[in-house]
Amino acid sequence: MILQRLAFLSLRNRWLTALLTVFAVAISVALFLGVEKIRHGARTSFADTISGTDLIVGARTGNIQLLLYAVFRIGNATNNITWQSYQDIAKRGEVAWIVPLSLGDSHRGFRVMGTDRSYFEHYKFRGGQSLRFSAGKPFEDLFDTVVGADVARQLGYHVGDRIVVSHGLGIISQGEHADRPFRVSGILEKTGTPVDRTVHVSLAAIEAIHIDWRQGAKVKGLAPPVETLRKLKLTPKAVTAALVGVKSKLSTFRLQRFINEYPQEPLLAIFPGVALQELWGLVGTAEQALVVVSAMVVVAALLGLATMILSTLNERRREMAILRSVGASPRTVVGLLMTEAGLLTVCGVLSGVALLYLGLYVARPLLDAQYGIYLPITLPSDRELATLVVIVLASLGIALLPALRAYRMSLADGMAVRA
Amino acid sequence: MPKRQAKVVQASAHAICADAVEFRWPGKHGFGLSVRHLAIERGEHVLLLGPSGSGKSTLLSLICGIVSPARGSIEVLGRSLPDMGSHARDRFRAEHFGIIFQMFNLLPYASALDTVLLPLSFAPDRQARASKERPARDEAERVLSALGIDVPLATREIAANLSVGQQQRVAAARALIGGPEIIVADEPTSALDSESQRRFLDLLFRQVEDAGATLLMVSHDERLSARFGRAAHLQDVVAMARERSA
Repeated sequence: MILQRLAFLSLRNRWLTALLTVFAVAISVALFLGVEKIRHGARTSFADTISGTDLIVGARTGNIQLLLYAVFRIGNATNNITWQSYQDIAKRGEVAWIVPLSLGDSHRGFRVMGTDRSYFEHYKFRGGQSLRFSAGKPFEDLFDTVVGADVARQLGYHVGDRIVVSHGLGIISQGEHADRPFRVSGILEKTGTPVDRTVHVSLAAIEAIHIDWRQGAKVKGLAPPVETLRKLKLTPKAVTAALVGVKSKLSTFRLQRFINEYPQEPLLAIFPGVALQELWGLVGTAEQALVVVSAMVVVAALLGLATMILSTLNERRREMAILRSVGASPRTVVGLLMTEAGLLTVCGVLSGVALLYLGLYVARPLLDAQYGIYLPITLPSDRELATLVVIVLASLGIALLPALRAYRMSLADGMAVRA
Repeated sequence: MPKRQAKVVQASAHAICADAVEFRWPGKHGFGLSVRHLAIERGEHVLLLGPSGSGKSTLLSLICGIVSPARGSIEVLGRSLPDMGSHARDRFRAEHFGIIFQMFNLLPYASALDTVLLPLSFAPDRQARASKERPARDEAERVLSALGIDVPLATREIAANLSVGQQQRVAAARALIGGPEIIVADEPTSALDSESQRRFLDLLFRQVEDAGATLLMVSHDERLSARFGRAAHLQDVVAMARERSA
């Protein structure tokens, strides 16, 4: 107990140096854990985005590219799937369900996706959770839209509000479908996936708003009245991608082979899990580099701690001589310095964890809004706790250097400080 | 009677007895010291006189068991210090020695009360002696009061921030708590004016006599000789060697 008390009093006596050291350790710990949290959060966020879908089908391209545009709404499709091909796949005996996805338009920075009502039934995320409505219901009318939670929150939309879809995806709009506004029929609950940032409309609506568009430009005089459109059978010519669920997992490979060898047009069917693994394999090196850099920051902070103790040793020789004179052994002197290092590191680690959670609290909405990375604020995991224990143990290991020097000094000094 | 005390009394009538001691500080130019013979009886008050640099601190380090001689014998309270392991010597010092330094040597971060209680942390028997009649903290307050230190001040203030006279008395209280058998004082009055010096020595002698302790003081001030039962010049006891012999 005396060691802890002496160490505390000694550190209090050098409070500014101690505070700066604690701060350095805290920053490094927060950075290290923050990188881990974001890394893990990003991985989980991506992995949780899609669940229960056996195959993703699109025009032939790279596995990762198909995954990115079909699921994460990142990038664009190189080509579409014709409606005929889509129907051919849908008719296959292996297929339990199929959901079309049609991308290409936007609304005030959010992607607009054409699909059908089965999307709300079959799209699953985070371990099989279904989409739920926080307000309203799926689209019924041709010009109904269901918006994601972030779209509604950021743009302040409520059920019944009117919105206008823009043609194209760029920052510079290629024109608005202002003559055919949509009515918000439903708002989805927050999912932490790209669904939150998507404006969902029916496939028929996508056809309807493009009925007077030819080769990327609106042709005047071709637009029928809205009421006429409602009566038309608007069958799409093509879709961007499709999500497929199979009846039996055993038949997945057979279906994949059929799609990949489909003779009428070049198509690609991918397993979402495999493509996700490929994606992580691609970013894995950068990810590891980030971890190494943040680990180095922790090492630098611990070396700073050792340097701080080492640099104060000379001015503390009298203190050690005093302790020796009242009966402290050289081992007690070592213990005192180790206790000091331990106290500083524990304070640094605790402050770092506090800093991390404060940072998470502040950064979470930004990460969610900007990058679609949903970071749940949870208690430190076993792995994180183990990391913190390792940091404390490492600090004790590093503090051995000044402690052993102090040991030799206290042996050499005796009761008086010998320069 | 406690077992430890019985063992000590049986062993020797000397409090300190050093014979043919040879010691050299480590390092190429570390100076050395030889002690021909030094014997101090229990309860004796001895003053060793010597100028600065005459090896006083080294001699005290040897007697207190902080360093171990290369040759010779040092017996304290009948126990041979060189035969003890370093841990046992540290424990022995904590239990049986109270040390007062020239510069008081107070920890720069401990209150006066914590300073006085500090030696008890390393000496369970001394702690038991100190808390035989009252809790150790109360005993520390009693010793401080006896030496004229205001207890609330001692609790509140960092010892090193007190006046020189108060620091000296706190250092004395630290040495006296728990009734160690031997009080070693290294020029404890050199920083005090003559009146403060007199008052401090009056207090110290009273406390040492009350405790029945042996007092060994080293100083360069020959005027102090009259107050001690015995005074000796350091050069009659020790020989110095400045350079390592080839």
